[in-house]
Amino acid sequence: MAMPVTHYLRTSKMPHIWCAGCGHGIVLGAVLRAIDSLGLDKDEVCVVSGIGCASRAPGYLDFNTLHTTHGRAIAFATGIKMAKPELKVIVLTGDGDAAAIGGNHLIHAARRNIGITTVCFNNSIYGMTSGQYSPMTPTGSLASTAPYGNIEEPFDLCDLVYAAGASYVARGTAYHALLLSKLIAKAIATEGFSFVEAITQCPTYYGRRNNMRSAVDMLKWQKEHAVPVAAAAKMSAEELVGKFRIGELGTRTRPEYTRRYAAVIETAQKEEAEQDA
Amino acid sequence: MLSKAGTRLMQGNEACAEGAIAAGLRFFAGYPITPSTEIAEELALLLPKVGGKFIQMEDEIASISAIIGASLAGAKSMTATSGPGFSLKQEGIGFASYTEVPCVIVNVQRVGPSTGVPTAPAQGDVMQARWGTHGDHPIIVLCPSSVAETFTLIIEAFNISERWRIPVIFLMDEVVAHMREKVVVPDVSQIKLVERPRPQVAPDQYLPYAAGEDLVPPMADFGSGYRYHVTGLTHDQTGFPTTKAPEVGALARRLDAKMKRAAPHVTFVDELLVDDAEVAIFAYGVTARAAAKAVRDARAQGLKAGLIKAKTLWPFPSEHVRRVAERARAIVVPEMNMGQLVLEVERASAGRAKVAGLSRVDAEPITPDEILARLREV
Repeated sequence: MAMPVTHYLRTSKMPHIWCAGCGHGIVLGAVLRAIDSLGLDKDEVCVVSGIGCASRAPGYLDFNTLHTTHGRAIAFATGIKMAKPELKVIVLTGDGDAAAIGGNHLIHAARRNIGITTVCFNNSIYGMTSGQYSPMTPTGSLASTAPYGNIEEPFDLCDLVYAAGASYVARGTAYHALLLSKLIAKAIATEGFSFVEAITQCPTYYGRRNNMRSAVDMLKWQKEHAVPVAAAAKMSAEELVGKFRIGELGTRTRPEYTRRYAAVIETAQKEEAEQDA
Repeated sequence: MLSKAGTRLMQGNEACAEGAIAAGLRFFAGYPITPSTEIAEELALLLPKVGGKFIQMEDEIASISAIIGASLAGAKSMTATSGPGFSLKQEGIGFASYTEVPCVIVNVQRVGPSTGVPTAPAQGDVMQARWGTHGDHPIIVLCPSSVAETFTLIIEAFNISERWRIPVIFLMDEVVAHMREKVVVPDVSQIKLVERPRPQVAPDQYLPYAAGEDLVPPMADFGSGYRYHVTGLTHDQTGFPTTKAPEVGALARRLDAKMKRAAPHVTFVDELLVDDAEVAIFAYGVTARAAAKAVRDARAQGLKAGLIKAKTLWPFPSEHVRRVAERARAIVVPEMNMGQLVLEVERASAGRAKVAGLSRVDAEPITPDEILARLREV
C-alpha cells in the first residue's frame, strides 16, 4: 500500500549519493508518505538538515530546503519557525549530527517545545566520513576510530528527548517502514516539538565491520531486535536486554513555543498602547 | 518604551538595539555575554512591541544559526556577542556569507584572547572580523565611535546587508557600548530603509543564485511559493551542490566581484583637517575620539595634524589612506591591539608616508596625549 511519492522528489537530482543497501532511502520514503498522508502543500513545508549522509536528503525534496552546518539544523529551524510559525518545519538529521555535535540544540528545542519535527536517521555510525563511532554506536562494536571495540555507551535518544520536554517521541526502523511512516505523520501533526528515531542500516561502514555483511542481514537484525511498545510492556527487564522498543514512546500536551511567544507579543503591544494612551 | 523622534540620553548598546529596530530588525537571537548583553536585554523588551521576535538560544552558534534561518524566512535578523562568542559565531558567518543570507552580527570587543578581561575595552578583533571564518568570503565590517553614530550606522549595517546580501559585522568596543551620550532620534519617516532584492520572475523561472549586472541574486523568502535549495556546499546557479571546477571557481569569483562592486557604496570615512595635514592619524572606534582631540591639540600647538576616521574597516578604505599619504609626512595608527589595521595603512600608503603604529593593550583606552606625543615623534 505504498503510495507513490515521486511528486515530492527533485528527480533531476537523482541518482542520490547513498550507498547500495543504505536504509536512508526507505526512511526518506517514510517521511514523504507521512507528508502525503497529511495532505501538506509543498510550499508550506520547510525541510532543514545538518551535515552527514542523512542531511543530504533535503536536496532531493521539492520543498523549501536548507542544508546547514554540522549539528545546527535545529537551531536554523528554530529561526525559520519563529519567523514563520505557519510553516511545517521538519529537520532530517543523523545520529552524529543530532546526538553529538547537535545534541545541545536537540534537547533545548525539546525543552522549549517549539513546533519542529525532527527525524533522526540512526545508522549507528558516521557514514559520510567513512565509519567512525558515534554517540549511538553500540558498546563493543567496531568502528574505524574504535579498532579495539567501542567502550562508550550509546544514548537512548528517545528517552533523552522526552525527558527534555518533547511533546511526541517515537521510534521506528527501516524494516518497519509502514509503521515508521505512521509515526512520522503523527509527529508532524503534533503541535509542539516531536522526535522520531529511525533505526536504519549502513552496511558499508557499520555492517561490514560488525558481522552483518549485507543490508538484508541488517534489516533482519532490526526485525529481530525491535519490540513493539505494547509487547515490551509485558516483558521483563531481562527479556528486553539487547532489544529496543518501537512505536510511540511518549506523548504529552504542553504549550508550543511560538504560540507562547505570540502571547508575549500581545502583552508587550498592549503595554505599549497603554503607555501611549 | 519604543524610541520616538527627539533627543535622548542613550547607552551605546541601547542605541544599537533601538537603531536596529528602526532599521527593520524583526528577529534577534542571542546568548548572554559581557559587554554586549544590554543589546539582548533591550531587544527582549522592545522587539515584541513591534511584532518582532526575540529568543535567547542555548549557545552562540545556535544564535547565529537561528538568525540565518529567520532571514531565509524573510525577517531582518541580528545577533550580538563579544570576543569568545564572536569566535564561536565564525561557523555561521561563513555559512551566511557563502549562501548570501543578509544578517547583522554585533561584536562588542573586549580584551582577549580567550576570556581576557570581559569588562574592559579592546580592538583586537579587527582581523578576525575580516578573516575569522575559513575560506575566501565577502564580509563588511562597520565600526562606530559614538553612541549617536551607533544609532545611524547600525541602520546602514542592515541596509547594506540587505542590498548586497553580505553579512555585516558591527564592531563596537566596550567604551562605546557602555557610555551614555546624546542621540537625536530621527522621525521614522526620515529613515531610509533598504529591502533585499526579491525575485521578479515566476517560481518555475527562479534561479536562486543567478545574479544580474549588480552580481546580487534576488532572494525569495522561504514559504513564499519559491521552493529552492540553500546549502553551505559549493553550489551552482540553481543552488544545488557542485564540484565542477568552472562552477566552483565561478562562485568564488562572483562573490569576490560582488564585494568589490559593493565597496564604494559601503565605505564610510570621516576626514578631519586632512587637506593640509603634515601628519595624519588613522583611527576607528573609541580611539578615533581621542585622535580627534589630539588633532585639535596639535593644531593649537602649531602642528598641522589631520584624522582619517574609518567607520568602515572592511572593505579597507585604501583610497582615503592613499590620498592622505600623498601629502602627509607620516600617518599614526593608534589601536587597542598589537597592530592590526596599521598593516593595512602601510599597504595603502605604499611608501608615500611613514606609517607608525601606537599600541595599547592594557585594558585602558588610548589617551589624546599619547597620540599627540606619537605625532610629535614621527
